[in-house]
Amino acid sequence: MKQPEFPSATPLQPRKRAIIVGASSGIGAALAQKLAHEGYLVAVLARREEQLRALCAEINRASGETRARYYIHDVTDTKSAPGLLRQIVSELGGLDVFVYNSGILLPVKPDEFDFDKDRQMLEANFLGALAWLNPVAVMLQGAKSGTIVGIGSVAGDRGRVGAPAYNTSKAALHTYLEALRNRLTRHGVAVLTVKPGFVDTAMLKASPRTFWVISPEKAAADIYSAIRTRKQVIYTPGQWGLLMLVIRHIPSFIFRRLSF
Amino acid sequence: MDTTFPNTSFTTLENFGHSLKAASYVYKPANSEEIAEVFCLAKKNGQTVTLRGAGRSYNDAALNGGGIVMDLTGMNKILAWNPQTGIVTAEPGVNLQQLWQTVLPDGWWPPVVSGTMYTTLGGCLGHNIHGKNNFRMGTIGEHVLEFTAQLPTGAQLTCSPSHNADLFYSMISGMGMLGVFTSVTLQMKKMHSGLLRVYAFPVKTLSEQLTALLDGAPNHNYAVGWLDAMAGGSGLGRGQIHLADYLKEGEDANAQKNMRVEFQTLPPTILGFPKSMIHYFMAPFSPAPLWAIVNTAKYIAGLRKHDFLQPHAAFHFLLDYVPNWELAYGRGGLIQYQSFVPKETALDAWSELLVLSQKRGLPSHLGVTKRHRPDKFLLSHAVDGFSLALDFRLTNSNRPRMAAMLQEFDKIILAAGGRFYFAKNSETTPETAVAYLGAETVERFKALKRRTDPNNLLESDLYRRVFGG
Repeated sequence: MKQPEFPSATPLQPRKRAIIVGASSGIGAALAQKLAHEGYLVAVLARREEQLRALCAEINRASGETRARYYIHDVTDTKSAPGLLRQIVSELGGLDVFVYNSGILLPVKPDEFDFDKDRQMLEANFLGALAWLNPVAVMLQGAKSGTIVGIGSVAGDRGRVGAPAYNTSKAALHTYLEALRNRLTRHGVAVLTVKPGFVDTAMLKASPRTFWVISPEKAAADIYSAIRTRKQVIYTPGQWGLLMLVIRHIPSFIFRRLSF
Repeated sequence: MDTTFPNTSFTTLENFGHSLKAASYVYKPANSEEIAEVFCLAKKNGQTVTLRGAGRSYNDAALNGGGIVMDLTGMNKILAWNPQTGIVTAEPGVNLQQLWQTVLPDGWWPPVVSGTMYTTLGGCLGHNIHGKNNFRMGTIGEHVLEFTAQLPTGAQLTCSPSHNADLFYSMISGMGMLGVFTSVTLQMKKMHSGLLRVYAFPVKTLSEQLTALLDGAPNHNYAVGWLDAMAGGSGLGRGQIHLADYLKEGEDANAQKNMRVEFQTLPPTILGFPKSMIHYFMAPFSPAPLWAIVNTAKYIAGLRKHDFLQPHAAFHFLLDYVPNWELAYGRGGLIQYQSFVPKETALDAWSELLVLSQKRGLPSHLGVTKRHRPDKFLLSHAVDGFSLALDFRLTNSNRPRMAAMLQEFDKIILAAGGRFYFAKNSETTPETAVAYLGAETVERFKALKRRTDPNNLLESDLYRRVFGG
């Protein structure tokens, strides 16, 4: 079934537009709800059509107009990203906020070294991000406005026993986003790195010990507020900022004896 | 990354009122071949194309958020000028400034000009603009002898009132949605002076204002009214009328000198201030209560009935006197609401509009009235009656109230048998457009579009808003 078109913008009803890659569940879906609730037109992307269709139906029912449309996309299909971006931006009518949220966490045992798993995580969490963020950067740099949001993780702040490749993928994303920020701030584009702690999503099941667990809605509210205030890096919930400050400074001779 | 266009980047564009922004891939063709190339690329990439000239529309006519904008200002050559016959042929990106500066020294003037000289011929034809002499000279389309066009299908054709007449009368007024003008041949009007004789006098009410236009029009070349839309009660619709006449042959002893461009050029300063800075001084007055004082002062200053001689450029291009004057309206920008209403119903309809705007606390900052006659173009805005253009200042907080008020406006104007103008109004809905154009006209327009643009490559934000994409 053909999805209805996004509504037009007029001077009396200007529109903001967002794209969220990785929006079928968790933080991405909650952020889509939040942005649409705040009046944004939102294009949501993921592999799973059922979830996306339900998400859009819910958003559009609540707002009484077509604020959300979905696009089926697998982030490992990096070649299709630039063309799909152009198509979506043309259907949205512009781009104000781009969010890369796709990510997978495959559990590995402390003594397991599995290249196949590692490659999958790097592809979804980092290479997919590059495939999208490069053309998005070109676009927003030309438009001289907009916000790029990358969903990283507290797990990207240190390399740990439990998740070497996952840590690496998020650390790489953080570093890339920092470089992007240094390139794009001078062109009027904001780049936000989000580092969530434990969020109550499907991914959480892979984590053995959890604390300070927040809902995806709480994370989405924090991210929305950071977009509005053009923050550079946030932890959600905020107390992770302090904890990670400590953890980042634990010297290696202690850190390598820890088991988490 | 796969290719966009050579030498092209995603760029944020605005409408003239700074009230709407949209980012697009901007491509600036230099000739017909490059126009065709843009259509090819758009088709290949599944994108739409909007034509843009000077970007002087108050709405979304030259915006295409996320798509391609074809900027035609690179095609700005005057191709032929014959001072004996007054016939000029020019590319679509030539603006009215270039045009009058070319023809006036030889004793000619464009028969129809807009209130700013920075509009391009392509935009003028696309919107079928009118001037302060619409009641006498009609729209610009009535002075086009011929034009050539490049269609999205790749076809090139020539149109005149007798050749491809259906496309002649629809591409002019067609908002750039049927094809691209590649050259325009226009008949200029013979002048015997670079000056106009202008008669200025005050009018105390809306009724007086409309009567003055109605009575003044048959005896003068130009007629225009300024309306103080903030005055209420017995002063509702008060303002000032300007009537103007060409000088006859022999009336101006210095005709040769006065027709020179240097004589016509707008002064660089006003009351000693550089013109480019005036809008900074105006901006603090833009909230309505302060602006009402400005309007009253202007009304009182105009109470003296007088006549004077004025260069053509100064009379016509009032908007250009203060560069970037639209910035004086503040960060939210402005919109213009222009309605064209038959002479029998205009007084009642506009009284209702003005009272409503004051009651809602959203009075217009500037009102302009003109006298009009109907024309034969397909998407015509004209009527045998008058037009009232109202400027509204936008702020972050007044948008929803303004939107609700303009919907009420549309109902009042439609009930009065009125029409709207695609270069101005930004909130016209598909229902309103069908109501004033007639379902049959809209269907004819869409049928022509299927013929000239079967793949719907030409689309603007305006087109999608009004004709549903």
